[in-house]
Amino acid sequence: MFSGTEIAALFTSMGITHVVSVPDSTIGVWYPALERSTDLRLVRVCREGEAWAVAAGLYLGGATPLVMIQCTGLFESGDALRNVLHDWKLPIFAIIGYRSYLNQDTLPGDTCLVFTEPLLDAWRIDYRLINAPSQLDEIRDHYLACRDAGKPGAALIAEGKA
Amino acid sequence: MSDEQERMSLRDAMLALHGARREDDVVVTSMCAAREWMALGTHPLDLVYVPSSMGQATSVGLGLALAQPHRRVIVVNGDGSMLMNLGSLVTITAAAPQNLILIVADNGVYEVTGSQPTPGAAAGRADGKSVDFEAMARACGFRSIFQFSNAAQWAQDLERVLRAMGPTFVLLDISSVPGIPGPRSPGPAGARALELRRNLSPGTA
Repeated sequence: MFSGTEIAALFTSMGITHVVSVPDSTIGVWYPALERSTDLRLVRVCREGEAWAVAAGLYLGGATPLVMIQCTGLFESGDALRNVLHDWKLPIFAIIGYRSYLNQDTLPGDTCLVFTEPLLDAWRIDYRLINAPSQLDEIRDHYLACRDAGKPGAALIAEGKA
Repeated sequence: MSDEQERMSLRDAMLALHGARREDDVVVTSMCAAREWMALGTHPLDLVYVPSSMGQATSVGLGLALAQPHRRVIVVNGDGSMLMNLGSLVTITAAAPQNLILIVADNGVYEVTGSQPTPGAAAGRADGKSVDFEAMARACGFRSIFQFSNAAQWAQDLERVLRAMGPTFVLLDISSVPGIPGPRSPGPAGARALELRRNLSPGTA
């Protein structure tokens, strides 16, 4: 839906300094553009729960991080994001890939479609579903709204394959 | 892991670190280390990571080290917590912050829950052999690696350890204290987070 160049430019316009991430087949395509950017640093973590804690440390240190993971990684992240977003009340924003939303050819009946949005609601994360290329700017608008409100948020990026 | 008689107390280990800590160092403590660290006083650049997501202190420390590359960031973790986030050893060395010092206080047990052996301790393993944290750190690519069993030696070498090229891994053989309570939160976490962020980056919201 979006190119790496578009995503890198978007993050730069949002003032993001670090992208803490585990790739999937959509997100990973953006990595080369993120790494080419002189304004962004890509921080590769081994599992998604780590991403929230690394982002927390970056935020506490004065940086402006963003977590970028697939929804399966959101499932993995539970206690880490609970601690970061709700115990420590850090307004960390996330880009979350929504596996199989556009196309279930690879994984018919993918349960990511069952659990992703209810889980975001359960964790009280204010999210916007992004399912068309025309919505790129909505990611920035939602990020800025969350930042100004001092609360966490997410953009849920519809994906077409596993 | 060495015999119990060769181990140092966590309090002695933290006391030595407290004495060697520079004013501009950030110190992150978790679990029992947090309890002992709090007992030694407070500092504007302390992050007493209570409440925690168990295992994530190393990752929080990595973020701090990347955001504050001109300060030393010292993380004191337990062995149970380390086992819960072993991948962070790889994540840390992938980012390779020279200013990060990770200290693992290894007592072989989950002390705050009643001193049950961890799966990494000899008593918790079918083969009766404890896992080798130092070898793990070496395999993951830490630049400097140290191990201490004796409190006097730890205190004597601390300056050299803290000046070593990071990322640095330090394994401390610590005696366990059955029945000792876990740490209590020193205050509302959200307010402490804001205060630390302001102390580290004056002018940030």
